[in-house]
Amino acid sequence: MQATKAMKGKKPRKKSATLPAPKLTPSRFRYALSKYRLTIGPSCNNCGLCIELCPYGVYAKGARVPRTPNEHLCMGPACEKNAFYCVSRCPVNAISMRPNPSFQLLGDRRWTADLLASTWHMAETGHAPYQDLNYKTGDSGGGFDKLRLLYPVNGNGNQPKEIKEKEISLAIELNRSNDTRPKVTIPVPLYLGGMSFGSVSIVAMLSRVRAATALGTFCCTGEGGYPDELKPYDDHVITQVATGLFGVREETIQRVRIVEFKYAQGAKPGLGGHLLGDKVTPAVAKMREAVTGSALFSPFPFHSVYSVEDHKKHVDWIKEINPRALVSVKVSTPTDVDMVAVGSYYAGAHIIQLDGSYGGTGAAPDIAKKNIAMPIEYAVPKVHKFLTAEGIRDGITVIASGGVRNAYDAAKVIALGADGVCLGTADMVALECLRCHHCESGRGCARGIATTDEELTKLMDVEWGTQRITNMYLAWCEQLKSILKRLGMKSITELTGRMDALVHIDYMKKEEIKGELD
Amino acid sequence: MPPKYHIQTASVANRFRSVTRSGVIAWEEGCLKCARCVKKECVYNVYTTRSLDERQMLDSLDSACQDCFRCVQNCPARLIQKGVNPTYRTVGDHYWTPEILANLWAQAETGKIPVSGAGYGGPFSGPGFDAMWTDMSEIVRPTRDGIHGREYISTTADLGRKVMALRFDEQGELANAVPPLVEIPVPFIFDLLPFSPPKRRISSAILRAAGELGTFVVIKESEWLPLYERYLPNTMLLLDRGPDARNDHLLERMRIVEVPDNPAALEWQRILKEKKPDLLVAIRMPATPAAGARIADLTQEGAEIIHLVADEFGMEEADEPFFIKDRLKEIHLLLVDKGLRDQITIIAGGGVAMAEHMAKVIICGADAVSCDIPLLVAMECRVCRRCAQGIACPVGLEEVDPGWGSRRVRNLMAGWHNQLLEIMGAMGMREVRRLRGEMGRAMFFEDLEREFASLGKKG
Repeated sequence: MQATKAMKGKKPRKKSATLPAPKLTPSRFRYALSKYRLTIGPSCNNCGLCIELCPYGVYAKGARVPRTPNEHLCMGPACEKNAFYCVSRCPVNAISMRPNPSFQLLGDRRWTADLLASTWHMAETGHAPYQDLNYKTGDSGGGFDKLRLLYPVNGNGNQPKEIKEKEISLAIELNRSNDTRPKVTIPVPLYLGGMSFGSVSIVAMLSRVRAATALGTFCCTGEGGYPDELKPYDDHVITQVATGLFGVREETIQRVRIVEFKYAQGAKPGLGGHLLGDKVTPAVAKMREAVTGSALFSPFPFHSVYSVEDHKKHVDWIKEINPRALVSVKVSTPTDVDMVAVGSYYAGAHIIQLDGSYGGTGAAPDIAKKNIAMPIEYAVPKVHKFLTAEGIRDGITVIASGGVRNAYDAAKVIALGADGVCLGTADMVALECLRCHHCESGRGCARGIATTDEELTKLMDVEWGTQRITNMYLAWCEQLKSILKRLGMKSITELTGRMDALVHIDYMKKEEIKGELD
Repeated sequence: MPPKYHIQTASVANRFRSVTRSGVIAWEEGCLKCARCVKKECVYNVYTTRSLDERQMLDSLDSACQDCFRCVQNCPARLIQKGVNPTYRTVGDHYWTPEILANLWAQAETGKIPVSGAGYGGPFSGPGFDAMWTDMSEIVRPTRDGIHGREYISTTADLGRKVMALRFDEQGELANAVPPLVEIPVPFIFDLLPFSPPKRRISSAILRAAGELGTFVVIKESEWLPLYERYLPNTMLLLDRGPDARNDHLLERMRIVEVPDNPAALEWQRILKEKKPDLLVAIRMPATPAAGARIADLTQEGAEIIHLVADEFGMEEADEPFFIKDRLKEIHLLLVDKGLRDQITIIAGGGVAMAEHMAKVIICGADAVSCDIPLLVAMECRVCRRCAQGIACPVGLEEVDPGWGSRRVRNLMAGWHNQLLEIMGAMGMREVRRLRGEMGRAMFFEDLEREFASLGKKG
């Protein structure tokens, strides 16, 4: 109801809703992981010049020599050209800068160390990194990492008129059907995907929901029940109905504005969920109406759905129980994902969420993550084109997920045909996940994110988590606006399906490219 | 319905500590001797349970550490670092990557399929098998739950020639001869090892595993030892020189033999079948651009089983070689066009390194796959190929206990079997026989990528 109050305010609502301002939220560990290390040698006379010079606050006063508590804020060797470059300005040449050996071990081909560190930077500051970090692409060698946004340039006559950042709207409408249900506009083209209580800690869950609330968007509960702690944020919660029906009650469905059916999940398409017995703590068991310590299987698929007609029956059931709710359908990406999308439209869904095969999850067989179903980069244009050809594209919202790591991926997948994106892994990274891939082992996440272990859960607090996630998305919004500005677009909705704003660098010769790549 | 096929697994310890990706570097100098040292807070207790392997000079820190970086980030004096293990990168080669080997080692040790959290971290696609994805079912098609045992998924493959129709005489008796057929409960056989230290114990281990799994091992006639006698029912002897009276006593207990493809191959097949009518003869041929035409001819003339082999990296012999999956697709479609495909059994191998490769080879047109190097890897082989140069094996493979080795192989293949069930379950398939050639239920990089190739180009 907060939304309606805001709309009744004195001034007519601005086109782009005001987003909160970022708040500095440093790492919860003693030292953030940095790309470079600074060493101060024995010749240092503690003159303090470096502390004075560095505008990023890398140094701090020390007893015998300055300390370097914030190496992660250091620009790296690129600082050389600056007048304040500590290494060359040090009167006694005591400072040396070297790559941090531990940094090389971070990340993987999809989430490179640079992407992790830049996400941490955004979560800390709310802005894109200025350091020597590639925050736009990873190293997977395909898909998003080979696609580039193509901006028109000066000189060839199609330079867009200067647009002010204030005029740019990132809002998208989630109810594009003409039914009688409420319109639900979110001021940012993203919402946060399902992560169940049990797979992540209550602190992580609350942090995500609160961040979604701060941004005016939504966060999905995942299939693990709807903890009471989430009640104050009901208007920003999507509750999930998945095959295990864990914790699904009429009351939980009636509480929310969006209900999501999870038919499949990109990270383990065609396979059911499996919460290991260790993670079924008394709290989890109560929420899921199950037995403590015994593993929980979420079957695949819905054994009551073997056709679009069955699917419609499901959607109708939700609509009957909650007359104001929008219905979202989460599917993964088989060969006939386009048919599934059309079927979902005719079944009466408002949102179709396509979950690509490279997405994240608590635990899944490696063979499924790597091989089953297609990457989101292929699925989105396939669905967009098919829905357009059927003449129903404007009647449904297409949300892409599963492998969207940053603002650039988001912009690219929207250009490929999505209306917005849904995120999960990026939130975890904002909370300082470093993708060690051991969410499922032993007591769960050693960093206190994907765990239900009481002691590990205490490694993080809700305020901190909320702000980190909020900051990261604020940084994304900043970047999305600058992308739109350079494309000459006033609204993110203009970008949907604009494949002409993309180039795949493997298939374009330099001389063929008319514009600037980013 | 046949009884459910299940492979018993139990953890089988490594003889050597595996090569880890990273190491812990912890300095003592400058230690502040904090009362609550970060090392004591390790979630995985790697510091408190630390031990040293004297023989290999390996520290348990490196294998026990799970890379959470908490000690790295929290040590006030920043004395703990993690570093890349230089040895890790040099394990294996461009195809048999350290990641693949680590994945195989873990399966052979535990018998469990590799599971991890936080999504996929590998490349978007790649050459060979990495250029395809398999399908799944949702809403409009049912899936099958094979892993948790709620539904039965058959992984049985038939080896042999099939008649396309049965004829009956006036008395209603079967009028055509029905050729022999051998069923293997898992769609793989074990092939010749492209490199190996002295094989006595290694082959014993592999033969024993094959016996337990119900499949076959290809062994060269020249390398056959009387010691293997008890495994004859699971041996596919490769008769390099064709039928030879000296081997007749072995034929009695064998069900399948293999002969190299040559102009006399079918003649050899005829002679062997004269000696033992219910013997199956597989014709082994290298994958080449000409293989399709040759297989079509052989099929028309009565061949039963073709064993198509690519090299260790899945490549065929040619100036511009195809990868095994691409050659297989072409062969399969050619045989389908000629109406011959269902008459013959194709076993394909070379470069089959992971469970997913097995599924993909079958989707591209093989009835079953042959697997080689992974059998060595199950026994801790590092794919260093030193044995090929006569240098001693760093993990002493020639000394393995055949019992230990067979349990390791069985564990690995149990993992592969379960992963095949995952892939088929997601597709909604209940028969690996139906997976063969189902290219419509797979997605190929070259097809999907077409969308991107035209980006930014007119017309």
